[in-house]
Amino acid sequence: MAEDKKLTHTVKAGEASPTAKAGPVIDRQGFLKKLGSAIFASLMLPAVFHKQFSALAQEAPPVPDLPQLPDPTPDEDPIIRMMRDLQRALQKPVEQRRWSMVIDLRKCVGCHTCTIACVAENKLPPGVVYRPVIEEEVGTYPNVRKRFIPRPCMQCEEPPCVPVCPVSATWKRPDGIVEIDYDKCIGCRYCITACPYSARVFDSGHFYTEHVPEEGPAFVAGAKARVYEAAAPYEYGQARPRHNGASPIGNARKCHFCLHRIERGMLPQCVTSCIGRATFFGDANDPDSLVSELIGQPNVMRLKEEMGTKPKVYYLL
Amino acid sequence: MNSQKNFWDRFLAWVTVIGFIVGLVGLVDRLLNGHLHANYGSYVPWGLWVAGYIYMIGLSAGAFLMSALVYVFRVQALKKIGKLSLLVALATLVGALMTIWLDIGHMGRAWRLIFSTNFRSVMGWMVWLYSAYFVLLLLEIWFAMRVDLIKHKQEPGFRGALCRFLSFGKTDISPQRLEKDARILRILGGIGVPLAVAFHGSVGAIFGVVGARPYWHSGLTPIMFLVGALLSGGALLSFVTAVWGPEKGTESHHQLMTLLGKITLGLLGLDVLLEWAEYSIGLWHAVPTETASLKLILFGPYWWVFWLVHVGLGIAIPAVLLIFRPRSRGAVAMAGFLIAITFLSVRLNIVIPGLAVPELEGLEYAFSGPGLQFHYFPSLMEWLLFFWTVSLAAAIFLLGKTYLPIIDEGRQLKEATS
Repeated sequence: MAEDKKLTHTVKAGEASPTAKAGPVIDRQGFLKKLGSAIFASLMLPAVFHKQFSALAQEAPPVPDLPQLPDPTPDEDPIIRMMRDLQRALQKPVEQRRWSMVIDLRKCVGCHTCTIACVAENKLPPGVVYRPVIEEEVGTYPNVRKRFIPRPCMQCEEPPCVPVCPVSATWKRPDGIVEIDYDKCIGCRYCITACPYSARVFDSGHFYTEHVPEEGPAFVAGAKARVYEAAAPYEYGQARPRHNGASPIGNARKCHFCLHRIERGMLPQCVTSCIGRATFFGDANDPDSLVSELIGQPNVMRLKEEMGTKPKVYYLL
Repeated sequence: MNSQKNFWDRFLAWVTVIGFIVGLVGLVDRLLNGHLHANYGSYVPWGLWVAGYIYMIGLSAGAFLMSALVYVFRVQALKKIGKLSLLVALATLVGALMTIWLDIGHMGRAWRLIFSTNFRSVMGWMVWLYSAYFVLLLLEIWFAMRVDLIKHKQEPGFRGALCRFLSFGKTDISPQRLEKDARILRILGGIGVPLAVAFHGSVGAIFGVVGARPYWHSGLTPIMFLVGALLSGGALLSFVTAVWGPEKGTESHHQLMTLLGKITLGLLGLDVLLEWAEYSIGLWHAVPTETASLKLILFGPYWWVFWLVHVGLGIAIPAVLLIFRPRSRGAVAMAGFLIAITFLSVRLNIVIPGLAVPELEGLEYAFSGPGLQFHYFPSLMEWLLFFWTVSLAAAIFLLGKTYLPIIDEGRQLKEATS
């Protein structure tokens, strides 16, 4: 909608030009200003329409059979509560959901399980990582501690990676998740440079089983290991095995909050696998959800707020 | 004089042939193995090829704008190198586009850039602008050669056949027609000047708009790209004119070289001024990340790229040559050669340091793998492929100047003397 505002503003600026009344030279200036506004407007229009069309194209898939959950109890695992939140959100139209993540840094023990669970879930190859955990040492001995900062994609409200794409291969879905169309992406990597969080990565086509011999004992046999690597991940709900340079090889890739799991009523793999229950996920538009409760706490912060990207990943300090 | 010309001709032809053949290894590796053997990756996603692309496309824009001095602004002194500058612009443009095409992850989808453009992206704009520029350049070079193509039609051998084919059956060389050609060239050049400014400005804007990289994120970035293009393109043209220019050894060639030397020196001064502005403001430490990028350039592991290659060979020596030997053809040619060649270091120092500073501290230790480092040096495959695209551009230039009527006055002179 920011475009609409800009649009009306610039057109008005051209029309209301006070210089337009005076002599012929200034008339020309007025004309040029109007011309400039018109050109600008005509150039912005496709962008505005594109946004609306892409929003229309993202119809909510029919809600699949969701897992049966036990009745709520006061001391239940937050996982169960979040799954209940998730099921509630899936009953709503997609544009009313606002998927958000909260990471409690006081609970994160730096085990990197989420990183590896994500690699396993999405069959990520070498050099591709969606959720690294950054380790920081704070202070000096004896007043010293370690801090662990998991860094998924921030799914920004104002994603800087989206407008830079020259072929509209990436966009923000109505539920706020920033998606990549692997078949459209040309692999120019402009979006990777534009992300302030290094959350986008490039799939150069590596395999963990490169240079591993075909035959041998079970634990070194490439043939057996390759079966695992050749299996298709289900990113964006598409079975897409990596082979022969086909997408997603040669594409930009990123965390998508395990969209394919969410839409089946499952929590993102990093949330499910977190041994310290430090990562929370849910619909921030639902005031009764656990993430809404946590986002309302005073000790909440987001990374690089000054960039104005409005991340939907929150950290509790 | 002739023997010297032969030396440069042969030398550059050999360098081109060797670069082309050796470079093929890189090309084959790229086509067979994709990006497997490249050292850019996730954290430094753009490397030598992107730098090489903006380097060559800058040479093209610069050479083209020099030709505009002839066809649009009717600077008579440069008239004889109008076609030569257009040929340089075309050869470097093809080299640049080849480099960036091989850089993208899915070469087969490059058509999407035109048929599925996102006009909110500066890159989308750039693609349209340089496509238009490419078409315009071809038209302009044809109209600039039209009369000469007709004149050389009767020549025996390949050159005559090529001229016959490219003249497309046109035979009119009347003064009225010449007048019309000049008018067409003026119009094409008139469109070309804003187009070249816009397209190379948009190449700079690609970097300028990235808020995540404070070192790039400056309104000065597109301007620096343009001035850099003019400088490197002008410098390259000075060298090319010195070696292959028309009527070599005559007073007019001498004057031409002196003028080109003056233009190059002026542009060098302007470029240094802008660079000073960018570096001194950035080093003030208002934005620590930007300062970090600049410190990486000045004192990082590749400090010599800035101090020795850029400042030493690209600024100091050319400046001394151009200031103290302004009337020496050799000095101007040497200065032009040094500036044009070392400008790659300027382009590398734009692309890489903007990316080589971690956006989040500690990220490089969080997870390891190919491409997950902030340290970047081009791999052998990257260098070889780059040699190949540069050789391709050089080959287009050498073939063009040999088989097309680009430097006809010189040829006539040579024929007359031999």
